Amino acid sequence: MSTQEIATETAVEMITLTIDGFEVSVPKGTLVIRAAEKLGIQIPRFCDHPLLDPVGACRQCLVEIEVNGRKFPKPQASCTIPVEPGMIVNTQLTSAVADKAQQGVMELLLINHPLDCPVCDKGGECPLQNQAMSNGREESRFEGTKRTFEKPINISSQVLLDRERCILCARCTRFSEQIAGDPFITLNERGALQQVGIYEKEPFESYFSGNTVQICPVGALTGASYRFRARPFDLISTPSACEHCASGCDMRTDVRRGKTLRRLAGDDAAVNEEWNCDKGRWAFKYVNAKDRITTPLIRDESGQLREASWPEALALAAKGLKENRSAVLVGGRATLEDAYGYSKFARIALNTNDIDFRSRATSKEEKNFLASHVVGTQVNYKDLDRADHVLLLGFEAEEESPIVFLRLYKQVKKRELKITAVAPFTSRGNKKLKAELISTQAGSEASAISKISNLSKKSVILIGERLSESSGAISAAVALATNSGAKLAWIPRRAGERGALEAGALSNLLPGARPVSDSAARVDLQAAWGVSSLPSNPGLDSDEIIKEVEKGNIGALLVGGVDPLDISPDYQAIMEKAFIVSLEIRQSAVTQIADVVLPVAAVVEKSGTFINWESRARFFEAAVPESLTRSDVRILSMLADEMGSSINLPTVSSARDEFNSLGTWHNRESFTPVSGESTKIANGKANLCSWRLLLDAGSLQDGENNLAGTAHPSVAIISKSRADSLGVTNGDQIKISTPRGEITLACQIDSIDEESVWVPRNSINSKVIESLGITSGEVSVVRA
Amino acid sequence: MSEFHLEPKPSGAIQRAAEQSVPVTGTEPSGFFTQLKGFWVTFSTMFKKPNTIEYPEVKPEVAPRFHGRHQLNRYEDGLEKCIGCELCAWACPADAIYVEGENNTEGNQISPGERHAKVYQINYLRCIFCGLCIEACPTRALTMTNEYEIADDSREKLIWEKEDLLAPLRAGMLMPPHPMYPESDHHNYYRNEIKESHPSQDTKAGGEK
Ligand code: SF4
Ligand code: SF4
Ligand code: SF4
Ligand code: SF4
Ligand code: FES
Repeated sequence: MSTQEIATETAVEMITLTIDGFEVSVPKGTLVIRAAEKLGIQIPRFCDHPLLDPVGACRQCLVEIEVNGRKFPKPQASCTIPVEPGMIVNTQLTSAVADKAQQGVMELLLINHPLDCPVCDKGGECPLQNQAMSNGREESRFEGTKRTFEKPINISSQVLLDRERCILCARCTRFSEQIAGDPFITLNERGALQQVGIYEKEPFESYFSGNTVQICPVGALTGASYRFRARPFDLISTPSACEHCASGCDMRTDVRRGKTLRRLAGDDAAVNEEWNCDKGRWAFKYVNAKDRITTPLIRDESGQLREASWPEALALAAKGLKENRSAVLVGGRATLEDAYGYSKFARIALNTNDIDFRSRATSKEEKNFLASHVVGTQVNYKDLDRADHVLLLGFEAEEESPIVFLRLYKQVKKRELKITAVAPFTSRGNKKLKAELISTQAGSEASAISKISNLSKKSVILIGERLSESSGAISAAVALATNSGAKLAWIPRRAGERGALEAGALSNLLPGARPVSDSAARVDLQAAWGVSSLPSNPGLDSDEIIKEVEKGNIGALLVGGVDPLDISPDYQAIMEKAFIVSLEIRQSAVTQIADVVLPVAAVVEKSGTFINWESRARFFEAAVPESLTRSDVRILSMLADEMGSSINLPTVSSARDEFNSLGTWHNRESFTPVSGESTKIANGKANLCSWRLLLDAGSLQDGENNLAGTAHPSVAIISKSRADSLGVTNGDQIKISTPRGEITLACQIDSIDEESVWVPRNSINSKVIESLGITSGEVSVVRA
Repeated sequence: MSEFHLEPKPSGAIQRAAEQSVPVTGTEPSGFFTQLKGFWVTFSTMFKKPNTIEYPEVKPEVAPRFHGRHQLNRYEDGLEKCIGCELCAWACPADAIYVEGENNTEGNQISPGERHAKVYQINYLRCIFCGLCIEACPTRALTMTNEYEIADDSREKLIWEKEDLLAPLRAGMLMPPHPMYPESDHHNYYRNEIKESHPSQDTKAGGEK
């Protein structure tokens, strides 16, 4: 725990001690090594990590300590000893004994170290190299033979272990156990043969394994995808934000010659601390995928897409959007600035409120909830740290927002935070959280939620985007929050959804939480935008927009980064009827049916802001600024100019400034509760439930084979009684089908609700929406 | 050192001009003997052996340690010594070297051990022939030859690729990729204990044995 954290959590006693002759006061409980840091005195260390429990494994941090006039007989490890009043500490800077002790430890550490820096990925940024120079002997006295191990072994498809280089600091094993809750690696054997190993039965399939690579102080753990790719001096590092989920991790992107080679977790104590998940760390090759769109494309008379110039493509797009009644589908990956661009474009250039950022299963209830209870509110990680009870509704923390999971796990570990999940079964992540399960079938969440009563003002209710799939459930959660005073937070899966909500990329909301239905809010925005009127009629949701396209009432669609298959298998065919302008980074299902395709920048190529679930702005600069691609908002601005109704957002920063100057409106839409009805499943059928796994067939993970190697295998989870009646056991293939199609998967027996069957929503061999056409509801399950 | 002092001693007039901070115009009268000395140098040179070499017809012998273009060496069995570590690139004050490392895999063993250079380029428009890269190389992969005829007519041609820099295969060497010598590891190679290529390999493919 950092000194700051200790200081703020409790009003603490300060303790004064002397280090190298300087007095310093630190909160009680601070470790000597941290107190020295406060004075700017750097004690060499390997095993010490501010976020992990102290172990004193490496002994590199030895210092001389004197308490109450009595000196410890030998130098002590400063990373394990808390400060005491009147302590006198002498580090290597003032004590020859401490200096000699540190040099001795370094010498011992190097005895079995291969010193193969030239072939080591850590070379150039290695704490062992650096501290051997600063705190070691100049010359080696070692003449023996070094212990050798077979070089490198895969502890997972993406993490390699070189046991010769390991200095047994136990950072990796402590991280896995204390932070991620995946103790799949451990220290085996003793003495010179001690080594990091994997448990034989369970592979190291942690979603957080990349962090062990980042915190390993030597090159013992390296990432397979960065192996031998670069040296630190080749890389240009840019602070960035993660585009993969709404947790909002701070990141660092390292680029060599315009190509992203690695991403590391940034250091933000309020959000991701120093961690991130493997998807954020290792899924970035999509930017350089073969199907990247690089020039504007237009569909010619023969129905083929052909390359076109920007003026030609923009003119055609403008014509199509002007001549038809048009609507906008944004998708959840846009930055705040881009979403604001779409929002303003819809209102001014298209004069419509038919805009929706939710490219997934949605409901009117959800839209109403977002506009009344989510937009403009703030609940944050600190609230989770302080909560007495956290309720997870339609939300699988580890799969859908991994950093939220790490926060919860930290509190569960520290103080047994009570967690309750409303779900059909206890998932792996929820088992780690020791969550209590309120077993529920998909679709019946409302009645389960309304029975919960043990929440207090300090409780937090976390609502996942999937709760919208169950009618009445959100209303029940809102009622629960109102009655108990608990905090209510909505955690979407995608990084851009919250920003799009704030930017008003929704049919009932204008930017800055202004309800479309509030005429004062509209007038306020008219003044800010300098227009004489804004559309006042309530707009359509994505489902309604598609229906109107089918009926022929909407003739053109502006689509930004939406995969119709995320919503329904039928939508692509229906959308084909409309004139489609697609803003995309890569070829997609929409490209196949688009009339004009305009290439846009990927996250590393542009600057922007993501708003994470807490409503915290995560601003980032372009990591590859030399890229010629442009952010969506610039293209929308050009398109609006071409249409003769300017939105005047020529740059990302102008969009950001304009959005910030709008402020947040004070009034919210009122919430109209919806009553839930329980799902009825015909006899002999099963109730399907599903969610997306963190590592799955998502398009941003394309081409990351090492990463995919640690994805959880696709299995269908069924109850014991269903397995018995089907006559199957663990691992047998079962077939789940609807009239539309089927999925065949190996089954896994778990204590899931009797009537339910669970499958991953978008994994290999398990594309639920595409194959079954539904996300939940009645399916038949048979032995395959 | 006086024999290398090429400037004539300033005459009195120039010195005076300098003292009075008056610009020197070159028209100041100089002493008769000073002029004679200049003519004498010209005259005596006519009887000396000329220093000029008729390059390129005649090619001069350079000193054995002359810093010529680089070479990437091989072990006796043909495997490349370069491990793609980039230390040469790091040492280079002119940023002339570009290296990208890659994994040695079964079936694609380019150098002994785990790592080889996938891309290796030296930009001779930048190189100042200081030799710091040679000193940095941990495997003696990179050395300099005495060859100095590098000039070319385009920028592209002056970026030398790995193929251009690699030492030719000598007799007994075999073109990588091929496996390391049986029962050996990179240490054996480093200590120069490997004297021939893998017995399973047909050395005729490379040089003659
Ligand atoms: S692998 Fe790295 S982090 Fe793990 S114990 Fe060894 S040196 Fe420490
Ligand atoms: S937890 Fe979310 S924001 Fe963080 S790295 Fe992973 S995907 Fe990115
Ligand atoms: S000789 Fe000097 S300038 Fe030329 S490549 Fe080597 S280090 Fe660079
Ligand atoms: S030439 Fe030498 S220093 Fe340069 S990459 Fe190869 S092995 Fe390393
Ligand atoms: S840093 Fe203190 S013992 Fe390792």
